[in-house]
Amino acid sequence: MSAHPPKVLITKIGLDGHDRGSRVVAAHLRDAGMEIIYTPPWQEIATVVKLALEEDVDVIGISSLATDHLIVPKLMQALRSAGAGDIGVIVGGIVPDGDEQALLEAGVARVFHPGASLESIARFVRELAARVRAEKLGSE
Amino acid sequence: MKSYSDPDFSPDFDAQRRRWEEEYAGRIGAGERDPINRSGIAVKPLYTPADWDGAAYAERLGFPGQPPFARGIYATMHRGQAWAQRQLIGLGTPEDYNARLRGLLAQGTSAISLLPCNSVFRGYDMDQVHEELLGTCGVVVNTWQHLDRCLEGVDLAGISTALNDPSPFTLLAFLLAVAKRRRVPWEAIAGTANQSDYLSHFVANHMFYRLALPGARRMLIDTIEYTQRQVPKWNPLSVVGQHMQQAGATPAEAMAFALASAVQYAEDCIARGMDPDAFLPRFTFFFDVSISFFEEIAKFRAARRIWARIARERFGATDPRAWRFKFHAQTSGADLTREQPLNNIVRVAVQSMAGIFGGLQSLHTDSYDEALSCPTAEAARIAVNTQNILREEAHLTEVIDPLGGAYYLESLTDQMQGRIEAIMAEVEAAGGMYRAAEQGIVQKRIGLSARAFQARVERGGQTVVGVNAYRAEEEAGARRALERPDPARMRGHLEAFCRWKRSRSRDAVERALDELARAANDPKRNLFDQVAAAAQADCTHGEICSTLRRELGFGEPLAEV
Repeated sequence: MSAHPPKVLITKIGLDGHDRGSRVVAAHLRDAGMEIIYTPPWQEIATVVKLALEEDVDVIGISSLATDHLIVPKLMQALRSAGAGDIGVIVGGIVPDGDEQALLEAGVARVFHPGASLESIARFVRELAARVRAEKLGSE
Repeated sequence: MKSYSDPDFSPDFDAQRRRWEEEYAGRIGAGERDPINRSGIAVKPLYTPADWDGAAYAERLGFPGQPPFARGIYATMHRGQAWAQRQLIGLGTPEDYNARLRGLLAQGTSAISLLPCNSVFRGYDMDQVHEELLGTCGVVVNTWQHLDRCLEGVDLAGISTALNDPSPFTLLAFLLAVAKRRRVPWEAIAGTANQSDYLSHFVANHMFYRLALPGARRMLIDTIEYTQRQVPKWNPLSVVGQHMQQAGATPAEAMAFALASAVQYAEDCIARGMDPDAFLPRFTFFFDVSISFFEEIAKFRAARRIWARIARERFGATDPRAWRFKFHAQTSGADLTREQPLNNIVRVAVQSMAGIFGGLQSLHTDSYDEALSCPTAEAARIAVNTQNILREEAHLTEVIDPLGGAYYLESLTDQMQGRIEAIMAEVEAAGGMYRAAEQGIVQKRIGLSARAFQARVERGGQTVVGVNAYRAEEEAGARRALERPDPARMRGHLEAFCRWKRSRSRDAVERALDELARAANDPKRNLFDQVAAAAQADCTHGEICSTLRRELGFGEPLAEV
């Protein structure tokens, strides 16, 4: 077990403001012992990349209710360009089947749909953070 | 009449009750706990005249169209005129919107509702955002010319138009510009600014043009004043409980926060010197209706009583139209599931019935695929037909307040009223809704309720069919619903907009924006006057919003977890 808890950025990119999902997930992960960085909606992709690097997060969680997931591939590209391609990215919200495949191909670790339990999200984030940490250590 | 000697048939209430209590306890066992509804009220297994005996009929219920309005705000209610079928639509380009609108009008939709693209909701023009997102959740309207095309072939004077249009109300400004161009007098324009409640956007969902609180506050009161003068059939304010309930507030909380917001807006209008008898009749409300059937019906009946008293006693309104709690309801998207999506058709029907029995004035039924994507045309048609079936096959319009007098419903209505009033008192103690929102009190409470509901779903207490019970294997790719604007048409819309921007009179645009900035800095001027003028001078939505954000401050919701 690593010395410090997983560090997770929960945010929304794009244009939608519905934040019930991001708030509930962030609060649950925090109560589950993780360190949470939380932002208001509508973050620019460049802002998310900068924040993720500054805070040295293990995982970024993007909440998308209204098609903002369509620009997640741009975020993945921006993370790689900034040398932050090792950060794990998950997406939660309303993502149609057809789009899910495109997100996974762009490097998203997992897409959580409405109905996913908070427990299952927390379990996945913990494992993903551990993998990210191990890779970071390996590459140093 | 024959008298019963057999004690089993004795018409003695207390004896009957004792026997039932014994038999019930014997079958159920002592360990049973009453279920708790979403608003936190324990629900008993049986209600009788001991809970509600009708003695207070005149005081608590009265007759439809009369105080205290528990049974409805009009004497005729749905028997006289069924609720308006107001489907919220918006997707793609203005031409896409117009085609969808005309289709729905042909199918029986009786009022217009326009949902703009999220880029519009953020206060941007289409050339300022990621192109992938354009038109995916609403129609891209940046100018009065775009709105003109959205409403082509529609008689503006003959239909009620609801615009999802937060402060500074640029869509209303565009609508007025279109009316002017079509020579329709503004006195004939009827409808509602559906997202005008800036407090609701600040505390939940945040679908606003991102004007900071003080600017949004002034803009709303200016617009109420303006429409009273110039567009008398326009409802400039729709107080929104829907955002809060979608964000996790309980039905009682959402209603309480909405009523507290309405109180705030009325106070602000009075502070501006306006007459409650003039502005209150144009206040409208907009709510979520969840699948918690009786609780929702009780919520609406209780709210009518509360609002009538506030309007009469607190604000001193004497015109009966000022006491009427007019509301639009939308079936709750938060109840819909991605799993086995056709089940959502049933959920929407039940939610709709709760809203209808609650006495709504207009209804939007969600499409069953809303947990998957923006609605497809087929799903939107089913949503409209759900209303047609309830109205014309199930005959739900024939009797006014048909559940009135039911022991359970009346007892629950009283209890919901108590809950709602208690939460309103908390808001009042915090200094009113504006102060409570500024301090994050409302946001915090909504967040806690959202988590509590999720915990019930995950740990028992709330079944969600297909999610935590009755699951079924579904084929991959079965959730095929996917409606996206045609990328080529959207690109054409974007390019035409950029060309048009270069071709218009820059001088006129700059003059109008300068004047808008000056008006923003002069609190004595009516700011909507200048928004309307800017729209007519070919200023775009993004230009008007960014000018006002620069002068009045950029809105940022509190980021609280």
